Amino acid sequence: MTDRLPLHNRVALLMALAVAVAALALPFLGFAPNRLLSGRPVPLWPALQGLDGVAVLLPGLVLLTAPFLRPTRAGLGLTIAAGGLFTTGLVWLAGAQAASLAQGASAAARTSFASGFWVMAAAGLLTAIDAARRLGLGAVGRLAVGGAVAGLVALQLASGHLDALSILKEYANRREVFADAVLRHATLVVAALIPTLLVGIPLGVAAHRVQAVGRAVFPVLNVVQTVPSIALFGLLMAPLAALGALLPGSGISGVGPLPAVIALTLYSLLPIVRNTAVGLDGVPSPVREAARGMGLTPRQVFLRVDLPLALPVFLSGLRITVVQAVGLAAVAALIGAGGLGAIMFQGLFANALDLVLLGAVPVILLAVAADALLSIGIAAATHRIGVLPGRSAP
Amino acid sequence: MIEFERVTKRFGSWTAVDSVSFTVAEGEFRVLIGPSGSGKSTVLRMINRLIPADEGAIRIDGEDIASLKPEELRRRMGYVIQSVGLFPHWTVERNIATVPGLLGWPKARIRDRVTELLELLNLDPRRYRGAYPHQLSGGQQQRVGVARALAAEPRVLLMDEPFSALDPITRASLQTELSAIHRRTGTTIVFVTHDMDEALRLGDSIAVMDHGRLVQCATPLEILTHPASPLVRDLVGREEWGLKRLAVETVGDRARRQESVTGEPLAAETPLHRALSEMVARGTERLPVVDGDGRPAGVLHLSDLVRPASGGAASSGPAASGTA
Repeated sequence: MTDRLPLHNRVALLMALAVAVAALALPFLGFAPNRLLSGRPVPLWPALQGLDGVAVLLPGLVLLTAPFLRPTRAGLGLTIAAGGLFTTGLVWLAGAQAASLAQGASAAARTSFASGFWVMAAAGLLTAIDAARRLGLGAVGRLAVGGAVAGLVALQLASGHLDALSILKEYANRREVFADAVLRHATLVVAALIPTLLVGIPLGVAAHRVQAVGRAVFPVLNVVQTVPSIALFGLLMAPLAALGALLPGSGISGVGPLPAVIALTLYSLLPIVRNTAVGLDGVPSPVREAARGMGLTPRQVFLRVDLPLALPVFLSGLRITVVQAVGLAAVAALIGAGGLGAIMFQGLFANALDLVLLGAVPVILLAVAADALLSIGIAAATHRIGVLPGRSAP
Repeated sequence: MIEFERVTKRFGSWTAVDSVSFTVAEGEFRVLIGPSGSGKSTVLRMINRLIPADEGAIRIDGEDIASLKPEELRRRMGYVIQSVGLFPHWTVERNIATVPGLLGWPKARIRDRVTELLELLNLDPRRYRGAYPHQLSGGQQQRVGVARALAAEPRVLLMDEPFSALDPITRASLQTELSAIHRRTGTTIVFVTHDMDEALRLGDSIAVMDHGRLVQCATPLEILTHPASPLVRDLVGREEWGLKRLAVETVGDRARRQESVTGEPLAAETPLHRALSEMVARGTERLPVVDGDGRPAGVLHLSDLVRPASGGAASSGPAASGTA
């Protein structure tokens, strides 16, 4: 067995196997006469035979060879392209299939993504992400790849090619609600972020300077993190409702955006306070001593030395905070805070999975976009400093 | 001029500096030496008020430093530490420009000064001006550290074991450069070290500290020939005492001025132990000497190394140490 194929990439092999199994054994789409009935499975194989199938077949075949490509720039670049194009090709094929299934069916008929689609799309993306990591792609490069994949899907959305898919029919029914929900969701996150930063940064600075502050603050914030979000939302309802009753006309109430913002702030404090303190702890003491010895005032030492050197660690805390808040804000819909969570729960209660998706996909995209943007910020803040101790947060 | 008058510093129940008095003259290169915990770094850091004195007075040019704002005081002094402490997020140029910037120098003057200092410390300005500290070797970083300390033309330069983390070759070349800078600028330097060879090599005078007290303050020659205590004798060491003794005097001190001889000449400021090495290497007992301008300045004989021909001021043996 000396002349067998040389295996270079185990991750790609696993993903290629997943693609093969999903393509053969799992339904690609589901087609139902209306959104309440469960659909009949639509397999991938027949769909591949048309011209639209090329969009999946071509990158798919490359993807199957990816485990055996040598890990050169060209090989990994090809793997990234194949993984990305395979996923966008699946979307394209799903759109085309949905359009042809819709012909001759009633307007209430629904074509949804099925398990095969999800497995293959995830495998394609994971292959691309893994290859990007092997290639050592920086934050900007990863964002470019992600942007290209997102752009290809966005083009299909804009052209109307995907309109026959169930998730877009749900969207068409809720166009205005959807836009409001996205805006509301982002507003909740930003509204929580402002008090978090205003309180968290000074608290982090205090924890860095006075050990006792850290010993008092961190256990409390750690406990808050362990409280399940729904419980915290619930816990805030009673006191806020009481406060609202005390101050009629103040607009304070146990439900709605206010308890959501308070709960999000409480969750967001830990990463901000911790990373502010850890970042400042990581500033090398000789640098600080030299700054003082040259005659920088305490304020100048803080602004010119401590702050820029602690920035990368602080930004990684901000990244955790934002990504976490985007996700938690979805749960806040349960206490009437609105946002994309409202659409998700509506779908859950109505057993309409595509409606759940319509809420969940933008939440994921918001989180991924925030993560990518802050990664670039962290890379920019780090690249000049070289290697500093204490860069990574615990 | 720096004056310490009965200065004491305590950390809790521990007395780090115990009623120390001394004076560093204008333009003097004073080395503070002692075992760790002797209080030498504390003394240094009291000069720029990084550590406040508990008792006594510290005066610079007659002015009590307690009456000055600490930041203003520090901006008038250069400060170099062992771990360098360059700002990792700033370029070499911006690091060097720190104090001139704080003092509000015009941009063009700062730029010229950075160029001048990089050349002074043997760093090519075109190559290193825009570099970041992590791109430099340890020796280059400390060169930038020294340049940064000299940037605003301070009258006083404070150095806390600045070369002790460097390899021997880099350390030797930085010592040579520092000596040259001292001669050229006439800056008063207070230099902390635990290395007696470095102290003998660099200092105009050496202050030996132990347990917070000043044990002896004298010229290198005096320290070598008349150590005031067993500790000083231990610091000097018995090994190669003779070579250390030679190292604190120069060829110019011992040359016979009226004589002349042919051969590759030695510069008058060459330390005597180098001259001995040169004689051994060349297999000769006489070497011609030239002064700073390259004019003949006499001849050095092998016998002059053992005993000054005209009976110099110094005694010739370690009489007080009893190791001759």
